[in-house]
Amino acid sequence: MGDIRLMKGNEVIAEAAIRCGCDGYFGYPITPQSEVMETLMIRRPELETGMVVVQAESEVAAINMVYGGASCGKKVMTSSSSPGISLKAEGITYLAGAELPALIVNVVRGGPGLGTIQPAQSDYFQAVKGGGHGDYKLIVLAPASVQEMNDFVELSFDLAFKYLNPALILTDGVIGQMMEKVELSEFKPRWTEEEIIAKSGTWATTGKTADRERNISTSLDLDSAKQEIFNHKLQAKYRAMQENEVRFEKINCDDADYLFVAYGSSARICQKAIEIARKKGIKVGLLRPITLFPYPIKQIQEMLGQVKGILSVEMSAGQMVEDVRLAVNGKVPVEHYGRYGGIIPTPDEVVEALEQNFLGE
Amino acid sequence: MTATTELKNIINEENVVYKKTSVLLDNEMHYCPGCTHGVIHKAIAEVIDDMDIQEKTIGVSPVGCSVLAYNYLDIDWQQAAHGRAPALATATSRLMPEKYVFTYQGDGDLASIGCAEIMHACNRGESIVVFFVNNAIYGMTGGQMAPTTLEGQVTATSPYGRDCQTTGFPMRISEMLAMLPGTRFVTRESAETPGAVRKLKKAIRKGFENTRENKGISFIEIVGTCSSGWKLSPVKSNEWMKENMFPYYPLGTLKDE
Ligand SMILES: Cc1ncc(C[n+]2csc(CCOP(=O)(O)OP(=O)(O)O)c2C)c(N)n1
Ligand code: SF4
Ligand SMILES: [Mg+2]
Repeated sequence: MGDIRLMKGNEVIAEAAIRCGCDGYFGYPITPQSEVMETLMIRRPELETGMVVVQAESEVAAINMVYGGASCGKKVMTSSSSPGISLKAEGITYLAGAELPALIVNVVRGGPGLGTIQPAQSDYFQAVKGGGHGDYKLIVLAPASVQEMNDFVELSFDLAFKYLNPALILTDGVIGQMMEKVELSEFKPRWTEEEIIAKSGTWATTGKTADRERNISTSLDLDSAKQEIFNHKLQAKYRAMQENEVRFEKINCDDADYLFVAYGSSARICQKAIEIARKKGIKVGLLRPITLFPYPIKQIQEMLGQVKGILSVEMSAGQMVEDVRLAVNGKVPVEHYGRYGGIIPTPDEVVEALEQNFLGE
Repeated sequence: MTATTELKNIINEENVVYKKTSVLLDNEMHYCPGCTHGVIHKAIAEVIDDMDIQEKTIGVSPVGCSVLAYNYLDIDWQQAAHGRAPALATATSRLMPEKYVFTYQGDGDLASIGCAEIMHACNRGESIVVFFVNNAIYGMTGGQMAPTTLEGQVTATSPYGRDCQTTGFPMRISEMLAMLPGTRFVTRESAETPGAVRKLKKAIRKGFENTRENKGISFIEIVGTCSSGWKLSPVKSNEWMKENMFPYYPLGTLKDE
């Protein structure tokens, strides 16, 4: 048995970062995720693993510190919540454009604007459709438990380095703030300079040695023809992610007549809703996308011969539902149920929405 | 003897008194004739060569005319978003403290959009060198007003001359930053004569040497020209700079601890 603890989701992000050999964290306080940096400051990883932790002057500076660190081939990350992620959008598109690996955590709160500090899922579009300018994609992982907060930190870094692309953990105030049992990962040492050069020597700015050309970390190419070729390369990378990296979970789907599609804390609520609905004799299952990009398109399509209706449940006014509808392409009715502005739907409300939409009640 | 054999006899090791540093690449520079950027690049390249730190130097280029500085110096480079170079350099120097890290930024980049990043990098006393090229204008985007544009100076966005009542006053960035305990070495240099370049190179060396001691940031402002933005010939630009820029932005070391 590993190291089992009772911890908050946000604290686990910090602990998992230290344990997976993260080199640097750069952040700026914002509720409901300030515990990430606070935990790191208490833990003092600089004394233990040499990990650097910096409280930046703004989210803009923090994400650009991430860009600098990522350019060195280091495992670097930042975390924030919705208004802060909007500020990071500039840095995120530069990271994608320079093909740099990094981890960004968004513990989403209700918006728009300063909104509320309560949980929401209204940053889905921003996370999976862009957020910043240009044709880019992030690898987006949506944890539904404190355990997954732990597991997805290392997974995000692995995927980010595999594809040389920033990865984003899209979670919310519920998962960030709640305490759950978690089995923490084993400690892994940070990469040595030799390991970094062996792994990322073709691009990392570790200092130009006589045996190679200079490495340049840039997203600029003023020649449109070359810029188009580069964009083709990015698109091919995103297709490869779609091909290889879709992650999802199916719950009670085998005999389901209806399907919930929900991620993160909404998926937890849907699990409870399934129990209530099944007691009433309504056979409903849950498809939980774990990767929001790449999205489990095929897995939804595989359910179409079986289910009579799909309810997308989100703490938003209806964002992910658009991706469900794109996958379903009109073959089965798709409806949305959401509460927003920081309100969390109850399982009973979700069952009621299912009945109202599909069971004529 | 033909002219070429005569030349061949002259070109041999013992006769060499000056050689272009190999840190400066042979790529044709995109700068306008007379632009100060090229002269500063060369000075930095020569110091990197003299100090033998090419393998350990990481440059961070800005958004501005010097965005493509990475085409000219044969070192590893990071290209930053507009104004953000000090944030990149902060992480780079903290994660690789054995390296020599510098940013190279224009006045729009550093004094306008990147004001917060430079202020806080200086306040934290990061172990980096900052080259701040003050040409009192946005060169790259076609000569708009910068925070450093002088009172009355005509630019594309101050076509009747900068009116300080409505647009604020030309910012003396070096003076502001010298007040911060995190800055160790703050100097204002120029590069219009061989003598000025020699002084500049001394400052560059001191800046790089300072980064070894973790005692604060080295900030080197270079007052330069932008003939295209100023709409003057290179020679006239130097004259205008001496007459107008030097009185408002006096050269010299503001802080050396
Ligand atoms: C976010 C953003 N805003 C605006 C621009 C357009 N832009 C490019 S360079 C520049 C000004 C550069 O001026 P300066 O820093 O003084 O450099 P110079 O060209 O004079 O050396 C601006 C506004 C940009 N690239 N990115
Ligand atoms: S526009 Fe000005 S700063 Fe830019 S290259 Fe030309 S002279 Fe230099
Ligand atoms: Mg300028």
